[in-house]
Amino acid sequence: MNAAGFPLLSLITWLPLVGGLVILAVRGDEETVAANARWTALWTSLIVFVLSVLLWVRFDPAEPGFQFVESVAWLPQWGITYRMGVDGISVLFVLLSTLLTPICILASWEAVKVRVREYMLAFLILETMMVGMFSAMDFVVFYMFFEGVLIPMYLIIGIWGGPRRVYAAIKFFLYTLAGSVLMLLALLAMWYQAGTTDIPTLLHTSFPAGMQTWLFLAFLASFAVKVPMWPVHTWLPDAHVEAPTAGSVILAGVLLKMGGYGFLRFSLPMLPVASAQLAPLMYALSVIAVIYTSLVALAQTDMKKLIAYSSVAHMGVVTIGIFTVNMQGISGAMFQMLSHGIVSAALFLCVGVVYDRIHTREIARYGGLADRMPAYAFVFMVFTMASIGLPGTSGFVGEFLVLVGALQVQFWLALLGSLGMILGAAYALWLYRRIIFGRITRDDLRAILDLSPREIAVFAPLVVLTLWMGVYPSSFSSFWDATVGAMVAQHQAALHLPAVLAAATR
Amino acid sequence: MNWTSALPEIVLACCGMAILLFGAVQARRDTFHLASMLTLGSLLLAAMLAIAAPLGLAYHGQFVTDSFSLFVKLLVLVGAAFTVIASLDYNEHENLRRFEFPVLVLYASVGMMVMASAANLMTLYVGLELQSLSIYVLAAFARDRLRSSEAGLKYFVLGALASGLLLYGVSLVYGFSGSMQFDRLAAALADPADVSPGLVVGIVFIVVGLAFKVSAVPFHMWTPDVYEGAPTPVTLLLGTAPKVAAMALLVRAMATPFGHLLAQWQQLIVLVAIASVILGALAAIGQRNIKRLMAYSAIGHMGYVLIGLAAGSAVGVRGVLLYLLTYVFMSAGTFACILAMRRRGEMLEQISDLAGLGRRDPVLALWFTVFMFSMAGIPPFSGFWAKYFIFTAAVQSGLWALAVIGVLTSVVGAYYYIRIIKVMYFDDPVDAFDPRPASLSMLAAVSGLFTTLFFVIPAPFVGAAEAAAQVLFR
Repeated sequence: MNAAGFPLLSLITWLPLVGGLVILAVRGDEETVAANARWTALWTSLIVFVLSVLLWVRFDPAEPGFQFVESVAWLPQWGITYRMGVDGISVLFVLLSTLLTPICILASWEAVKVRVREYMLAFLILETMMVGMFSAMDFVVFYMFFEGVLIPMYLIIGIWGGPRRVYAAIKFFLYTLAGSVLMLLALLAMWYQAGTTDIPTLLHTSFPAGMQTWLFLAFLASFAVKVPMWPVHTWLPDAHVEAPTAGSVILAGVLLKMGGYGFLRFSLPMLPVASAQLAPLMYALSVIAVIYTSLVALAQTDMKKLIAYSSVAHMGVVTIGIFTVNMQGISGAMFQMLSHGIVSAALFLCVGVVYDRIHTREIARYGGLADRMPAYAFVFMVFTMASIGLPGTSGFVGEFLVLVGALQVQFWLALLGSLGMILGAAYALWLYRRIIFGRITRDDLRAILDLSPREIAVFAPLVVLTLWMGVYPSSFSSFWDATVGAMVAQHQAALHLPAVLAAATR
Repeated sequence: MNWTSALPEIVLACCGMAILLFGAVQARRDTFHLASMLTLGSLLLAAMLAIAAPLGLAYHGQFVTDSFSLFVKLLVLVGAAFTVIASLDYNEHENLRRFEFPVLVLYASVGMMVMASAANLMTLYVGLELQSLSIYVLAAFARDRLRSSEAGLKYFVLGALASGLLLYGVSLVYGFSGSMQFDRLAAALADPADVSPGLVVGIVFIVVGLAFKVSAVPFHMWTPDVYEGAPTPVTLLLGTAPKVAAMALLVRAMATPFGHLLAQWQQLIVLVAIASVILGALAAIGQRNIKRLMAYSAIGHMGYVLIGLAAGSAVGVRGVLLYLLTYVFMSAGTFACILAMRRRGEMLEQISDLAGLGRRDPVLALWFTVFMFSMAGIPPFSGFWAKYFIFTAAVQSGLWALAVIGVLTSVVGAYYYIRIIKVMYFDDPVDAFDPRPASLSMLAAVSGLFTTLFFVIPAPFVGAAEAAAQVLFR
C-alpha cells in the first residue's frame, strides 16, 4: 500500500504539531521556556527533515502517479477522504518546506526575543499546514491546509513584525482569504459534478467547457493572489517588509509556491480547455508582472522590498512556464519554483543578517561590507548570481527552460519574458554593489562582525543546494519528468479530443 | 394517543415548578446556586428523556417527534445548560442571585422544545410565546440597571409586534386553506398552481414573524440593543438556543406545510439572506462594544443559515442544522470569554479592553482566537465546516449569486474577527483581568475543544444532521 510501509506522510505532516504541543506543555520562567521552545522546535523540525529525506530516497521517479498513498475514511458518504500522497510535482515541495523550517528556526534563534514559545509554536503549525497542503490528495484536505496556513502566518507577521505590521498582516489575510473563498465555490462545483473530492479522480474527470472557464477564473482568483500575479501582488511587499526575517523566508520560499503548485495541480490538468483558452491572459499578466515589477524593484530603497518585488517578477516567469504546457516550460517552472524557494529565502536571510546587526534595511545606510564581512559578501554573491540566473547556479536552469518552452509558443512571449531577466540583473547587481562594495562611511559598519558559526550553518546547505541544482539539474528534474510528461500528454489529448470526435462524426 | 412523546417537555415543566416552589419556600436562604444545579439536572434529565421518547405524531397531529426535533432539542438543551453555567459566576457578582433566573431559562427551553416539535401552527405559536415571554423577563432581569430594563422593554414591544404579525399570518393561512395542521396543509397545498394570493400573504407574515426571532434583516433592529443591554448570560442564551429553535421552526414550517410552494417563498428567503449577510458584515466593522459586535455577527451568521434554507433541499437543511450546531458552541464559547472580561470587579465590554490579552492570559486569548477564526470560517475550525455544508447546498440548488455574495461577505466579516485577534495579540497590554472562575474556564474549554476538534470526526454529526434533514423531505 505504501512504499515506506508506514504512514510516512502523515507522520511528516503531524509531527510538528506534536512538537508544538510539547512546547505548550513546557513550564518554568521565561528564560527556560524560551530555551526549551527553541531546542524542541529545532529538534522536531530536524527529525521531520530526516523523515522527509526518506521520502526523497524511496520515491520512484519513473512512476508518474501518486506514491506513499495513505487513506483514511473521513466523510465517506459524501465523497471526502483523508488521503495523502505525493507525486513528482509535490514531493520536492514537501522537502523544500521541511528544509526551510529548521533553517528558519535557526535563523530566528537570537533575532526573536519576545514570546519565543508562541513563535516556535507558530512555525511548527505552519510546517504542518505546508506539508499537509503539498501532500493532500483530496481537495477538501488540500483546502483545509491551504487556508489553515493563514492562521500562523497572520500571527507571525502581526506579533513579531515591524512597525506597520498590523496593516500588513490584515492585508495579507484578507487578500488571500478573498481569493480562497472563491476557490471553495469552485471546489463545491467540482464536487457536485464529480461526486467526490478525490484529486486523482478529478484529474481524470472532464468538466464541460462552459463550466471550465468559470472554475478556472475561481482558481485564478485564489492562486493569483498566492503566487502573486500582477495586479493582486500588492500585499506581498507589505507582508515581506513587515514580517520578521524567518517569516519572509517561509513566505517567499514556500507560500508563494502554493500558488504555482495550485496551477499545476488543479487548473492545468483538470481544466485543459479553459487553460488553453485563457493562456493568453495568463501570459499577459505574467509578462506585465515580469517587466513592471522589475522596474519597480529598481526604484526601491528598502532591501526587503526590492527582493519582494523581484519575487513577483520571478514568479511571473513561473506562470509563463506553466501555461506554455510543454515539457520544457513546465519543467522550467518547477525548477524555477524550487530555485526561487531556496534563493529568495536565502536573500531574505542575507538581509536578516545585516538587519540583526544594524537594525535598518535601508540600502543607503550600507556600503563597503566586503571589507568587514568577506564570508557574508561571498554568500550574498552566490545568491545574487543565482537570482540573476548565472549559468552554473540554480536560477539559470529554470529561466532557460521556461524561455525554451515559451519560444515554442510564441517568439514575443519569450522575448518579453527575457526582458525581465535583463532588468533582474540590473537591480540585483546594483543592490549588491551598493551594499557590499564601495567604502565604509559609517562607524557602526566599521565594527560589524562577519557571519557567526550559527549563520554559516544556516547558509551552508542553501549554498550547496544552489550550486548543486545549477551544476547537476537532472538530479532534481528527474523527479518530475514522468509526472509532467504524463500531464502534458493528457493535456494534449484532452484538447484534441473534441477535434477527434468532430472528425469521427463527420 | 401517544402522549409519552411530549414527556421530556412535561417533565421539564414539572421540574421547573418544583424548583420554583422550592425557591419560594426557602425564600430566606440563598437558593440561587442550588436552583441552578437543579436546573442543570433537569435539563440533563430532559435530554435523556428526549433521546428515549418515541417517534411519531401525537396529540391528534399537533405534536411531532422525529430525528429533526430530537437534534434541535438536544442543541437547545445544550444552549440552555451553557447559559445556566455561565450565569453562576456573573449573577453572583452582579447581584442577580435569584432562583428565578435558572427557572426562567428552564421555561424558555420548554418553549423551545415545543417549537422544535410543533406540527401545527397553534403549537408553533404557543411554543414561541412561552420561549419569548421567558426571555423578555430574562433580558430585563437586572431591573436596577437602565440598559437592562430598556433591553427587556424593547425586546418585548418589538417581539409582541412580531408575534402579532405571525398570528395574523397564521389566521390568513387558516382562512385560505382550512387547516392549521402541517400535514393537512401540505396535502392541501400540494398543487402550487391553485394557491390563492391571500395564502402567500399569510406565508409572508409567518416568515416575517420568525425572521424577527432569528434577527434576520430587515427585522434585526432590536438585536444590537438587546444584546448590549441584557445581562451577558442572557445574551449568551439569546445567541444560542432561541436562534436554533426559531430557525428550526422556520425550516420545518417552510419545508413541511409549505414545501410545495418553494417557488413562492424561496425568493423571499434569498433576499433576507443576502440582506443579512451584507449587513452583518458591514455594520459590525464600526462597533467598539464587543456585545454589539456579536449582535451584528449573529445577524450575519443567521444570514448564512438562511442560505441553507433558501436551497430548499434536504442538503440545505443538513447545512442549516450543522451550522446551528457549530454556531451554538462558537457563540457560547465567545460569550464565556466575554464574561471573563472583568477587571477589579467591573465587567468590561469594549473591544479595546482586550488589548494584550495574549500576554496577560494566554489560555483565554487562545480560546478567543479559536472562536474568532472559527466564526470567520477559517479551516480547520468548525465554522469552516458549517460554511462548507451551507455552500454545498447553495451550489447544488444552483443559487450561484447567493453563494458568491455569501463567500465574499464572509471575507468582509473576517476583517472584524481578525481585528479582535489583532487587539489581543498585536496591541500593547493593559492591566490583567480578574482571575477567571472555573465555570467559565470549563465552558470556554468545552466549546473550544469542540470547535477545534470537530474536523477530526465530523462524520457522526454530519450523519445525524443528514438523518434529521431527510425527515422533512420524505
